[in-house]
Amino acid sequence: MFEPVIGIEVHAQLKTESKLFCSCSTRFDAAPNSNTCPICLGFPGALPVLNKKALLYGIKTGLALNCEIAEVSGFDRKNYFYPDLSKNYQITQDASPVGVCGYIDVALDGEVRRIRIKRVHLEEDAGKSIHEGGDITGASFSLEDYNRAGVPLLEIVSEPDIRSPKEAYEYLSMLRRILLYLGVSDCKMEEGSLRCDVNISIRAKGSDTFGTLVELKNLNSFRAVERSLEYEVERQSQVVASGEEVIRETRHWDEASQATVSMRRKGRAEDYRYFPEPDLPLLSIGRTWVDEIRATLPELPAARRMRFTEEYGLPEYDASLLTDTQELADYFEAVVREYGQAKIVSNWVMGELSRLMNATGIGIESVKVAPGDLAAMLKMMDKGTISGKIAKTVFEEMFREGKSPETIVKEKGLVQITDEEELAGIVDRVIDENQKVADEVRAGKDKAIGFLVGQVMKMTKGRANPQMVNKLLRQRLTN
Amino acid sequence: MRITKEDVGRISVLAKLELTEDDQSLFAEELSGILRIIDALDEVDTGSANEMVSPAGLTNVLREDVALSSIDPEEALKNAPEREGAFFKVPRILEAD
Amino acid sequence: MKLNELRAHELLPMIERQEVTVEEAVTETLDRIAAIDGIIKAYITVTGERALQRAKEADARLRKGEPPRPLEGLSVAIKDNICTKGVRTTGASRYLEDFIPPYDATVVERLEDAGAIVVGKTNMDEFAMGSSTENSAMFPTKNPWNLKRVPGGSSGGSAACVIAEEAVFSLGSDTGGSIRQPASFCGIVGLKPSYGLVSRYGLIGYASSMDQIGPMARDVKDCALILQAIAGYDQRDSQSYPNELPDYTGCLIPDIRNITVGVPKEFLDEGLSKTVKDAFMKALEKLEELGAKVVEVSLPHVRHALAAYYVISSAEASSNLARLDGVRYGYRAAGCEDSASMMAVSRGEGLGPEVKRRIVLGTYVLSEENHKKYFNEALKVRSLISQDFQEVFEMCDCLMGPTSPTVAFEAGEKTRNPLEMYLSDVYTVPPNLAGIPGISVPCGFDEEGMPIGLQIMAGQYDEATLLRVAYAFEQATDFHKGRPDTQKGAHESAGGGRSV
Repeated sequence: MFEPVIGIEVHAQLKTESKLFCSCSTRFDAAPNSNTCPICLGFPGALPVLNKKALLYGIKTGLALNCEIAEVSGFDRKNYFYPDLSKNYQITQDASPVGVCGYIDVALDGEVRRIRIKRVHLEEDAGKSIHEGGDITGASFSLEDYNRAGVPLLEIVSEPDIRSPKEAYEYLSMLRRILLYLGVSDCKMEEGSLRCDVNISIRAKGSDTFGTLVELKNLNSFRAVERSLEYEVERQSQVVASGEEVIRETRHWDEASQATVSMRRKGRAEDYRYFPEPDLPLLSIGRTWVDEIRATLPELPAARRMRFTEEYGLPEYDASLLTDTQELADYFEAVVREYGQAKIVSNWVMGELSRLMNATGIGIESVKVAPGDLAAMLKMMDKGTISGKIAKTVFEEMFREGKSPETIVKEKGLVQITDEEELAGIVDRVIDENQKVADEVRAGKDKAIGFLVGQVMKMTKGRANPQMVNKLLRQRLTN
Repeated sequence: MRITKEDVGRISVLAKLELTEDDQSLFAEELSGILRIIDALDEVDTGSANEMVSPAGLTNVLREDVALSSIDPEEALKNAPEREGAFFKVPRILEAD
Repeated sequence: MKLNELRAHELLPMIERQEVTVEEAVTETLDRIAAIDGIIKAYITVTGERALQRAKEADARLRKGEPPRPLEGLSVAIKDNICTKGVRTTGASRYLEDFIPPYDATVVERLEDAGAIVVGKTNMDEFAMGSSTENSAMFPTKNPWNLKRVPGGSSGGSAACVIAEEAVFSLGSDTGGSIRQPASFCGIVGLKPSYGLVSRYGLIGYASSMDQIGPMARDVKDCALILQAIAGYDQRDSQSYPNELPDYTGCLIPDIRNITVGVPKEFLDEGLSKTVKDAFMKALEKLEELGAKVVEVSLPHVRHALAAYYVISSAEASSNLARLDGVRYGYRAAGCEDSASMMAVSRGEGLGPEVKRRIVLGTYVLSEENHKKYFNEALKVRSLISQDFQEVFEMCDCLMGPTSPTVAFEAGEKTRNPLEMYLSDVYTVPPNLAGIPGISVPCGFDEEGMPIGLQIMAGQYDEATLLRVAYAFEQATDFHKGRPDTQKGAHESAGGGRSV
């Protein structure tokens, strides 16, 4: 029996206005080479100056990932030639990353697994090569756009602690959730603001040796990570089972065939000739500064989920879904503050609200229903002003128009009819018009009463108080 | 320490610097001479000495995160040996690069 | 006397009083270039038209009654590794032969803001790697004192044009002696400021942790004047010194009675030529005469400075020059089918032998198997050298030694042996490693009339003391008044460097 040993490197683009070492904009969709300057183009004589916010975000993330924050951190040059690398060295952190020795707890199948984080470091992104015909292998030339060159990235490297493709998926989801909670990255894989490289080896279960590493590339979604790992576990297991050896190489995930394809053999490791970046002074990260940053950390997803179960008595499932994003959790809590009964709010948020959001493709941040309005609507239900059934109609209208429930109920005349005299009149009319069914009820066929209730509701367009209608019908048709 | 012609050849690949066979031989010889001086660094008792990267001795030189206008793309591109539209153009990139 | 023969502090008051126009002053400098640079070859590019245009603008401003700026109307030559917006900046390399920077170096901005007028870009060793300006990919520059000799390097053009009166002053850059050694060879004053005092923004990087731009001028007062204009914090250079600076001209008091001068015995070793040593000893006597206290000191690790310097500077250079790849600017070899070979062939064809040699050396010392042995060790030795300096500066106000072991050597004398060329930097390299300032001032002539330079060093950011001692020595001697006889040459050729 084999077990996979998986490590993940994530590159998250930091959500800053300007690049890591120059004042060019980080805007995603600018015209080619329009967000460039002598610094990010690597012109002779240009020098880097570090973006304060990027450093702050690095420290913040390090803290959120339970890292030790370096007291002295600094930048190094990683030397290699590539057309999209404008200086032919990347300014990165090799010897003294901003954070080390952290971890993320991942809940999987009711069990909590701790995945250690090896390091968190800042570095600059490279530019983008656009290959003739869209494919590097067939192209006779490539076009370079340096808009992305110098955009700040945070590289987050896990220890090889991940033991299944599913766990890899959960690790990434939790990491992404944390980064979003911190507000340090947009984490949009489709725009490249979150990228991951995965390495995987397999070994006999229980063994403490490591097998030959295979690196996986072109992973454009967390699902792709999971599937490619499933594929690799299977492939490598077969290779080993057949008595052969896994080859150290980089493999490409091919979404169309749902398979990994060999890209290149890893020969000698590249010699990057790292050395301390002489153009940038060291960073001395004072403990008071770290404490100040720590104090600005938001409540993180795991803590918030736990609080939701404890404080609101919510089931684990509800708590986990509600804390998926900070915005959803904030929304939920805002409604609870006004209304009080957490489980009912949870049902509405995860039920009707989520259903409408999915149906319309709207995110929680653009939902028009103010939390106070949802709370008000729930209170109207409790008071019997509207029925549960009408509430759904009212809520749909609130979702579409953003109006308050009171307005909608008034405009559409949806107030529940609770006046006994008025209802008695309607009930009598229904009995009159449905003598045959009324007789069946009188004869003891209790189920038939439902039809008569339905007729009353129809006649009142759902506004009749169903309990009262029931009571009135029974008074008239049974002893 | 002696540098061989093969060392120079290997280094020139790392440094993306095409050298003729003659240059490789000449550099091997010259650099071996220079290394004889440099090897004297070995004699120094550096014990617990710090590695001095920069004489400035500054820390935490930071810039506020403000995006300013970049240079005109034409300015960025006007020195390009080859361009296509607003892109810098390069010959094909081999994956092994 | 012609206007181009005047020193900055002599010409400035004349311009201020509007006795002469900026245009007249600049024209005379340009005439001088036209007359003599065909022989001296100090300039790679002469920006005559641009300079005259700026001169007219300056005159118009002065006529309107605007107050004159600190360097109003002074013709300055800029070393060609310092970027000038719209004016090609080659680094004396084929690689950047047609490179036109879209930006000005901070020093150029500051000089122009102070009213100085750029008359051209000067020749140098390719990317500042060399000590004779013979490594220029364009042409060698001659020493105006003797056309068979080199002007020193790498800022050879910047030194030659000042003593040949083809500019009032110039800027050079100094990574291991490239301002001080040519200043010494050409009989002018050259100041390498403390690391970080002058912004490096726009200086084509050679060894980032040692590069400094500094003034080259005909006397100490001019140097102080120029330093005042270019020094000071620049947020575009992260290593820039952030503190307030003193008034450099204000500190020029010719009184050094309370000054202790240290003479490191390591600077008087066997490699030193007798004429240079004699001139240096006489200089010491003069200082004692002026009331300074001269003491012998020791910098025990300084004998390893050259080794540490070549390791660190080559390592940094190999990385800094990696950006020359034929993609965004500069030379691109024709006919290469893929990017990797395009880069390698372009670099192979476009870079000169000394640059390649240092890229290979730098790559070698940074490569995995040698990194610790050479690079890390050199950084440690560097800190020991720096400590040596710190310790002696507790006892003395400044240090003195010869700038170079010899006077200017013959052209071609050392080009075949790079190692011998490297050894001519032996006294100038230590201040770069430690980041302290150094100045070379004329202190004599040898029997053939070649100038000899005295190097003064001071503690980090203590340019005030440095300038004060240099000024006191200069004022008590006449060496800085020497002028080479270039009349003969002027008749032989007309026309200067290439114009833009």
